[in-house]
Amino acid sequence: MAQDHTIRAFDEDMGQLNSLIAQMGGQAESLIRDAVDALRRGDHDLAAQVIARDKQLDAIEAQIERLAIQLIALRAPVASDLRHVVAAFKISGMLERVGDHAKNIARSTLKIVDFRFAALAQVPAIAEIAEGMIHSALDAYAAQDAQLAQDVVARDDQVDALYRDLIRNLIENLSEKTANVITATELLLVARHIERIGDNATNIAEAVYYAATGVVMPDRHKNAG
Amino acid sequence: MIPPPDGDRLIDVHNLDFFYGKSQALFGIDLPVARNKVTALIGPSGCGKSTLLRTLNRIYDLYPGQKASGEIMFDGENILDQAKNSEQLRARIGMVFQRPTPFPMSIYDNIAFGVRLHRNVGKAAMDEVVERSLTRAALWDEVKDKLNTSGLGLSGGQQQRLCVARGIAINPDVLLLDEPASALDPLSTAKLESTLMELKKSITIVIVTHNLQQAARISDYTGFMLLGKMIEFRPSSDAFVSPETTQMQDYITGRFG
Repeated sequence: MAQDHTIRAFDEDMGQLNSLIAQMGGQAESLIRDAVDALRRGDHDLAAQVIARDKQLDAIEAQIERLAIQLIALRAPVASDLRHVVAAFKISGMLERVGDHAKNIARSTLKIVDFRFAALAQVPAIAEIAEGMIHSALDAYAAQDAQLAQDVVARDDQVDALYRDLIRNLIENLSEKTANVITATELLLVARHIERIGDNATNIAEAVYYAATGVVMPDRHKNAG
Repeated sequence: MIPPPDGDRLIDVHNLDFFYGKSQALFGIDLPVARNKVTALIGPSGCGKSTLLRTLNRIYDLYPGQKASGEIMFDGENILDQAKNSEQLRARIGMVFQRPTPFPMSIYDNIAFGVRLHRNVGKAAMDEVVERSLTRAALWDEVKDKLNTSGLGLSGGQQQRLCVARGIAINPDVLLLDEPASALDPLSTAKLESTLMELKKSITIVIVTHNLQQAARISDYTGFMLLGKMIEFRPSSDAFVSPETTQMQDYITGRFG
């Protein structure tokens, strides 16, 4: 934002909105990290914590929704302000889904039997990229940085490629009967959740791009995934 | 920077300069006014939007020392051409001001007065003109039983719609409105706005307003002015979502420093 509003309370509301998004984003990232850690270590306690902590994300999402609606009703924002408020509203919904994916990874962890299964070691690398995308997308939101938003979208290809590798590997293991069936099928779900986290990061980045520029992100920066 | 409105232009302003004595108020203004659309002019106080509006029917002619140069094409002619009859021009381009200005006469005569100036109309025909004008201005139902009472006895919102009725009674092509709702409460404003939406089916409207939400609600095109210049002119649906210039962005979001 180049300049402050003449009405200071407007800036305060926007500042509050931004800090709620930052707070929600931080919690979503830590849920992903802990869900993947719990999976890697077979730590049921940590997995149970992740499932419980997802409720906190829901609570912040509700706060963001309330504040955004209040801002629209009371301040009637236009132009970049309007785009910014709408982006925050959408991003809170996407982060809520990221939290659900983390929670579902934790639920799978509780069902997995064989934590020494080789394919499991492929998961943290994919998750790290997806989590990094969420982090960068939120940095882009905070700085209204359209370039960074485009970079995030470009990174989703890596997630998709690693996701396909893992799926192929799991299917091979299943068909060759070299994997515990429950473990392999739960890992299929985990892989899907991580891939969806990457997609949510992409959607956040697209929302940020539009808020920052007023135009929809050009297609060449998007991907099919 | 200034994309033309779709469809045809009823008025086309080119490179318009305007002077109050030696002080220049407008600098090289371009403004396309699309037929049967609402064009809103916005900008901070003193930006020249009312001045621009006042050139469109040459009402500034009434004040010595004020002069305009450039081109305002209307119906194939430059209305700034001094040889043109400004009375006839104002019959085709009517104006409604910020404060309601009903004449101190009956509601009926407020309408009939202007009509009589322009043509001879019999009693029955005049009754019809009065009813039609008041109906189009969405005032008929409220005043039909008291047409012979003074226009000054109406509420502010009703007075303003009476002025609109008076303005359209002579069938102008264009109606210019200078802050027509600034003295009205929200309900009267809503009534005036719906009147304008109805009127634009047959009349081209140019409105100056400080109420940005009003401009966003009722206009098809918005021109943003600053220090006597047209900074940005765009379809209103774009202008209030993605303004192109930093100046307009800062103004409409309330960051004007």
